[in-house]
Amino acid sequence: MAKIQLNGKKITVKSNFSIFDLLKKLKLTNKKIAIEHNGIIIQKIKYKKKYLKNNDKLEIVHFIGGG
Amino acid sequence: MVKLIKDPFKVANKKLKSRLIVGTGKYKNFSETARAIKASGADMVTVAVRRVNILDKKKPILTDYVNPKKIVYLPNTAGCFSSEEALRTLRLAREMGGWKLVKLEVLGDKKTLFPNMIETIKSTKILVKEGFKVMVYCTDDPLLAKKLEDNGASAIMPLASPIGSGLGLQNKTNISLIIKQSKVPVIVDAGIGTASDATIAMELGCDGVLINSAIAQAKNPVLMAKAFKDAVTSGRNSYLAGRMKKNLLGSPSSPKKGLI
Repeated sequence: MAKIQLNGKKITVKSNFSIFDLLKKLKLTNKKIAIEHNGIIIQKIKYKKKYLKNNDKLEIVHFIGGG
Repeated sequence: MVKLIKDPFKVANKKLKSRLIVGTGKYKNFSETARAIKASGADMVTVAVRRVNILDKKKPILTDYVNPKKIVYLPNTAGCFSSEEALRTLRLAREMGGWKLVKLEVLGDKKTLFPNMIETIKSTKILVKEGFKVMVYCTDDPLLAKKLEDNGASAIMPLASPIGSGLGLQNKTNISLIIKQSKVPVIVDAGIGTASDATIAMELGCDGVLINSAIAQAKNPVLMAKAFKDAVTSGRNSYLAGRMKKNLLGSPSSPKKGLI
């Protein structure tokens, strides 16, 4: 188990859970998104290799309406 | 049939059909956003970068309604008050799908939403170095506009008046000076209130205008989007046609010869 912060909210994920696994769970694999992991932008090709650890901070962003 | 002058519009080598760029904020819903964009004829729209709503996954999202393959998304840093925030936002936007053409906006004051030009210039330098093509929201100060161009800005975007104020073009002289000195496109951004304001900006010789609130907050946004499309075309044609000279005194339109 790992306690992480996702978009400012505390959630718990299984151990050995990758960013890709999380995206699958959130149904975001086919969406236009970008991810910041502990302040560092993660390239798409690294989603499967990046595992989530306790106290990780994850930001998932997308485009919304704006001026 | 009027012969129209060939008048291509390019920003950072990107060819655009319309000189009207529209924002996608403040609409009632995404369907209205999509209909307004269509009516405006714009082929470039500004978008913001925000957190994905992880609690409500079924909520509709912008890309469901406005196809980024058909309409150019221009990621914008609206809401950023420091260089760091703006850079973070645009780097994320680039990661999202390779967006290099972006709009930089670093605000300095919560009440007026005036840009912080010191942070804006600083951010422009860094972004240009990182390979971004930066369209830059700025004050209407010709010296600072020049400074942005010298630092590699792809377009200068001076405000007409504060963002969302609808006060229209407040300083025609400064905007004219910026147009005269700039080699990159000048696009008036922010503060336009109604269609005629856009015509005035285009008649001055602006290369384009960016409109959000004036369309989204109109009673009928879709109709207002069409009004802006016509206003921008009208103003541009008027600029290209070249206006008559202003005279202090009257000059009759009909010949004096043959008067009865």
